[in-house]
Amino acid sequence: MSTSPKTLFAKVWDAHVVKSIPDGPDVLLIDRHFIHEVTSPVAFLGLETRGLTVLFPDKTFATADHNTPTINQHLPVADPLSANQLKALETNTAKYGISHWGLGNPKNGIVHVVGPENGITLPGMTIVCGDSHTSTHGAFGAIAFGIGTSEVEMVLSSQCIMQPRPKTMRISVNGKLNKGVLPKDVVLYIISQMTAAGATGYFVEFAGEVFEQMSMEGRMTVCNMSIEMGARGGMIAPDATTFNYIKGREKAPKGEAWDKALAYWKTLHTEAGASFDKEYVFDAADIEPMITFGTNPGMGIGISKKIPVSHETGSGKSSYEKSLNYMGFHEAEPMLGKPVDYVFIGSCTNGRIEDFRAFASIVKGRKKADNVTAWIVPGSHIVEQQIKEEGILDILTEAGFSLRQPGCSACLAMNDDKIPAGKYAVSTSNRNFEGRQGPGARTMLASPLVAAAAAVTGVVTDPRELI
Amino acid sequence: MAYDNFTILRSTAVPMPIENVDTDQIIPARFLKATERKGFGDNLFRDWRYNSDNTPKTDFVLNNPIYSGKILVAGKNFGSGSSREHAAWAIYDYGFRCVVSSFFADIFKNNSLNIGILPVQISAEFLDKIFKAIEADPKTEIEVNLPEQSITILATGEKESFDINGYKKHNLMNGFDDIDYLQAMKEEIKAFAANSPY
Repeated sequence: MSTSPKTLFAKVWDAHVVKSIPDGPDVLLIDRHFIHEVTSPVAFLGLETRGLTVLFPDKTFATADHNTPTINQHLPVADPLSANQLKALETNTAKYGISHWGLGNPKNGIVHVVGPENGITLPGMTIVCGDSHTSTHGAFGAIAFGIGTSEVEMVLSSQCIMQPRPKTMRISVNGKLNKGVLPKDVVLYIISQMTAAGATGYFVEFAGEVFEQMSMEGRMTVCNMSIEMGARGGMIAPDATTFNYIKGREKAPKGEAWDKALAYWKTLHTEAGASFDKEYVFDAADIEPMITFGTNPGMGIGISKKIPVSHETGSGKSSYEKSLNYMGFHEAEPMLGKPVDYVFIGSCTNGRIEDFRAFASIVKGRKKADNVTAWIVPGSHIVEQQIKEEGILDILTEAGFSLRQPGCSACLAMNDDKIPAGKYAVSTSNRNFEGRQGPGARTMLASPLVAAAAAVTGVVTDPRELI
Repeated sequence: MAYDNFTILRSTAVPMPIENVDTDQIIPARFLKATERKGFGDNLFRDWRYNSDNTPKTDFVLNNPIYSGKILVAGKNFGSGSSREHAAWAIYDYGFRCVVSSFFADIFKNNSLNIGILPVQISAEFLDKIFKAIEADPKTEIEVNLPEQSITILATGEKESFDINGYKKHNLMNGFDDIDYLQAMKEEIKAFAANSPY
């Protein structure tokens, strides 16, 4: 065995390689497999066609989230296609003995929210799901990434997938964050510097003082969006913050098993002198509240800045113009003061309790702007419960907002939560692609504080003025 | 799902010189509600291809009868965003067997290879040459040669090689897939998993 210093990534990856194929991928054992209603049905169909079964049903966990309504969840799902997908998940999981937290189950919620909050996600694991935001779980020091449906079928049938070993990148952010700057701003800033494809082919470790000081919720927000710069995944070394978060959660190890696990988890960090294929270092002082102005998550700027002119960006002129045309924006315009029609807070990026606390901190004692429709969607029933118990619901109600039920909702607009064509949304979700939040919808990605500031003023507003 | 094997493809090509084409453009989320893999080609590039009243947008390349073929040529960072394999299914179902670009998103690349679409990554310069050749003559034929790992503009003979790992190349040329491979090593996997702390 080599004694050269190892990265966190290498420690976890190497512990899972069943076999390395020469001039090919590694066969990687998967510890946790999350599935949902949209990307799993064809995989189950594939199993049946081939006459295969599920190798380890207790390593797969199902929840319904992408295609569920966020109001009246007690009623039958009206859209027959959506209802059919939910039914398929129920039938398939029952057939193979897979845990299923369907609509109405008190544990139901967005897959990347419920995994961690129930202690299913643990440090040192390999975790996959047919969803690109699986990178969220990397916040715990796991190797977690999104896969396609053929790969879902592989994991169901063999608990393995075949992956070329990615290159490694470390992104450090040092110093202290400015007032009003949230984890979402940190990751939008990093992506704006890296571009939407800047980390493609790499697995990223986030390091430095900013992440060491960050809560688990914040770390999940950051790792969640690593895919938006093309990264295979993002991860953060587990520490006391991680262990405190996990301890006592339903499926976390207990007693002796906890002690044994903890001893192992404490070894999961990058050793001094370990080398990465690429390194970037940023300064926290350079980060202000962020907002996107274009149609990919790399097109973000500090909220007080003006929209860049095309030659200052790395993109081709015609693609850049296409993007601004779609948004109805022009080069060199300020973002502050732009009108806002919709505000969405929720999603696997910003649907956790800390996000609603931040949102409430600004709307408290203020009123929702008349021109704004706001959709406030908790990431899970557990988050919904916390919102109620902490008095956040009272603050929201007093300010003229109402709370919806958990699900992916307007992040990808598979259900009825669609932003109408041409309308502007400030959204705490992860993608501002054309039509992502509904055909013709125009999305500006931002933090819960920026979303709250827009919700009470009706225009793009610097939240630092309202704190 | 088995797919047709891929060796040498000689075809005209459809040019899409747009960067960062994400999988939400390739197939919007509202078309992901099926529980079977069929008919996705009808909704390929749905919102670029059709108006909201379902009439075709005449300025979009797939609606321009001048362009056709089994090869899609696209700008850099093709297939970014969502992991939905439906994007690759839609491209395959429409009739494409190969996508050429100067840069691909990782998940899209994996998904394509898993269903028998060959993603061919070439230099920005050669991509530009292909775009110009198609612009000059929409009937320009391109040859993608997997055994040789080369792509050629047939009219001019201009040629570039591309990378693919040996394992995936073998699979594509023979129509094999990873699921078969993994089934064959199930005992090895079980033995390995027995020692896992999770």
